[in-house]
Amino acid sequence: MDNRTLLDPTGELKVVGRQKPPRPSSLDGVTVGLLDIAKARGNIFLDRLDQRLSERGIAVKRYAKATPSRLAPIDLKQKIAGEVQVVVEGLAD
Amino acid sequence: MVSLPDGLAVVVKRDCPTCELITPVLRQLAGGNERLTVLTQDDPSFPPGLSGVVDDTDLEKSWHLNIETVPTVIRIKGGRESARAFGWHRGEWETLTGVRGLGEGLPAERPGCGSKTVDPGMVDELELRFGGVSFASRPVEIGGYEDDVEACFERDWSDGLPVVTPTPVRVLRMLRGTTRDPKEVLGMMPPDYPACTVEKVAINAVMAGCKPEYMPVLLAAVEAALDDRFCLHGVIATTMYIGPIVIVNGPVRRQLGMNSGVNVLGQGNRANNTIGRALQLTIRNIGGGKPGGVDRATLGNPGKLGFCFPEDEEGMSWDPLSVERGIARGKSAVTVFAGYGVQGIVDQNSRTPESLAKSFAMVLNAVFHPKTFPGPDVFIVCSPEHHRVFRNAGWSKARLKEELHKLCVVEADKIIRDVDGCAVGVPDKLAGKTLRKFRPDGLQIVHSGGTAGLFSGLLVGWGAAAEINSQPVTKEVRG
Repeated sequence: MDNRTLLDPTGELKVVGRQKPPRPSSLDGVTVGLLDIAKARGNIFLDRLDQRLSERGIAVKRYAKATPSRLAPIDLKQKIAGEVQVVVEGLAD
Repeated sequence: MVSLPDGLAVVVKRDCPTCELITPVLRQLAGGNERLTVLTQDDPSFPPGLSGVVDDTDLEKSWHLNIETVPTVIRIKGGRESARAFGWHRGEWETLTGVRGLGEGLPAERPGCGSKTVDPGMVDELELRFGGVSFASRPVEIGGYEDDVEACFERDWSDGLPVVTPTPVRVLRMLRGTTRDPKEVLGMMPPDYPACTVEKVAINAVMAGCKPEYMPVLLAAVEAALDDRFCLHGVIATTMYIGPIVIVNGPVRRQLGMNSGVNVLGQGNRANNTIGRALQLTIRNIGGGKPGGVDRATLGNPGKLGFCFPEDEEGMSWDPLSVERGIARGKSAVTVFAGYGVQGIVDQNSRTPESLAKSFAMVLNAVFHPKTFPGPDVFIVCSPEHHRVFRNAGWSKARLKEELHKLCVVEADKIIRDVDGCAVGVPDKLAGKTLRKFRPDGLQIVHSGGTAGLFSGLLVGWGAAAEINSQPVTKEVRG
C-alpha cells in the first residue's frame, strides 16, 4: 500500500533553545528583585526573603503584578531586567 | 487543462449499460470523416475493437471536461468545446455529429449513468489531485500499513481519545464549511503563540469529528477564546479546574441539529460534542497548551475534552444569552466562558420564585467555599421545570438576577478566617461589613435541559476579579 499523507495540526513552531544564564556564585554586589505575582500568601514568602537578604546587606527591589492570571506586562519585564540581576517570584499558593 | 483534437470526443465507462448499448454508434462514428476520440473511465480495453481509445482511468480529462454523465459526446472545434450531449438520444447525437442514421436498431433514447468523477467522495479527491489545491500546513507522510489513528497518538496530536485522521481531502471538505480564506489569521494562539489560521482550525476540526457546516461556529468560538478579555493563556496555565465552555445561540443551533434538551451537557450529540472538542484540540495542537506542560490543572474536569451546548431559546420566556450580551435577535452567536461544572441545584419542592431563588442562592453561596467571598463568575443553567416556576410568576431573567444578587451576600463576621474552626475566610479588617458573593456582571443565566426534572446546575468560573482575569466573551457567528 502506498504511503499516505496527513496534514500537520500543530503550530509548526521551530523551537529555539535558550540557555539559562549561569547561577551567580555569590549575591555580593547583586541587586535582587522580588516579584509578587499576586498569588495568595506570596507576600509572606517574599517579605521573609526581603528581611533575610536585607540583613545580609543585599540590595532588594520589590515588584508586583496585578494578577497571576495574565502574563507580566512588557514594561514591567523591562523594568525588572534593567534594575536587577536576580529575580525571585512567589509562584504558587 | 486538457486538450483534445478537433472533431468528436465521447466519454464512456464499461460499467454503464448505455455506453455498452452505443458501442455500434461509436464504431459508426470512428468510420466516418471526422476524428473520433473515445475517453474510457474504467477500462482501457473498452469499447473493444476501436482505435484511438484514450485511457482516462485517472479521470484527469473527465474532471477537466466537467463530465457528470456517461456517455457524453462533445464537439471540439478550434481546440474548444462547441456542443455537448448526454446519455443516448438519437436526434441530439445526429444533430451534434452531423451524421444521419446513427445506431439503427437501437432504442431512440436511453439515459446515461453517473460519470466516475461524481462517485461518492470522488469530487473532492479529484479537485485535490487536479484542481491546484494547496495547503500551507506541513504534509506528514505515514507508511502504507501504519495504523493512521495510532500515528496521531504517537505524534502527540490527540486529547487521549482516537482522532479522525486529518487527510488532505477531509481538510479540503472541512474548509468548504466556511467562506473564509484558509490563510486568514484568527490570532496568535497561546501558550506558544504561533499564528492560528483558518486552515489549522479546519485540520483540528477534522480530528475532532466535526462536520464542515460546524466551521462557522467553531471559528467564532476560537475568535472568542483568543479575545484578550478571555485571557486564554491564563485559562490554559492555571491549576484550577476550568476550561473553555462554549454556549451557542441563534438559528445555527437548529441548523446544526444541536441538542438543547435531554442530557444537554452530556454525550450523544455530534455538534455539541465535537465543536467543544475541536476548540480544545486547537488549543492543544496549535497553541501547544497540553496537560503537564503549560496546562498545570490540579484536577481539571471532564469538560476539558470539550464542553459546548446550545441554549433552549424556544422553550423559555426570557431573552437569549446572546441578545442580553448585545447580539441582534435572530443572529447566531457563541459565548465562551472559562468554567467547570456541573454543580447541581436540586430543588424538587419550591413552587414559588422566592423559594426557588433562595435554593439557587444557597448553592451559589457555597461556590468555591462557603467562606470565600467574593467568588468567581457563574453561569446558571436553569432547567425547563425550574424556569416554569419563574415564568408562571412573571419573573424576568433580570428580576431573577437582581433577587440572587440580594440573596448572595454574607455578614463578614460569619466568614472571617478561623471562624467555625476553619482557616479559610476573609481578613479581620472586614468585620462588620456585608459582602457580596458576585460582581454585578458575574451571574449569567441560560435555559437548557430536558423537560422533566427539577434540577438546575451551575457552571463555575475561575476566580474572583473576573474583570481583570477572564471574562465571558460573545462573538457573532459569521460565514
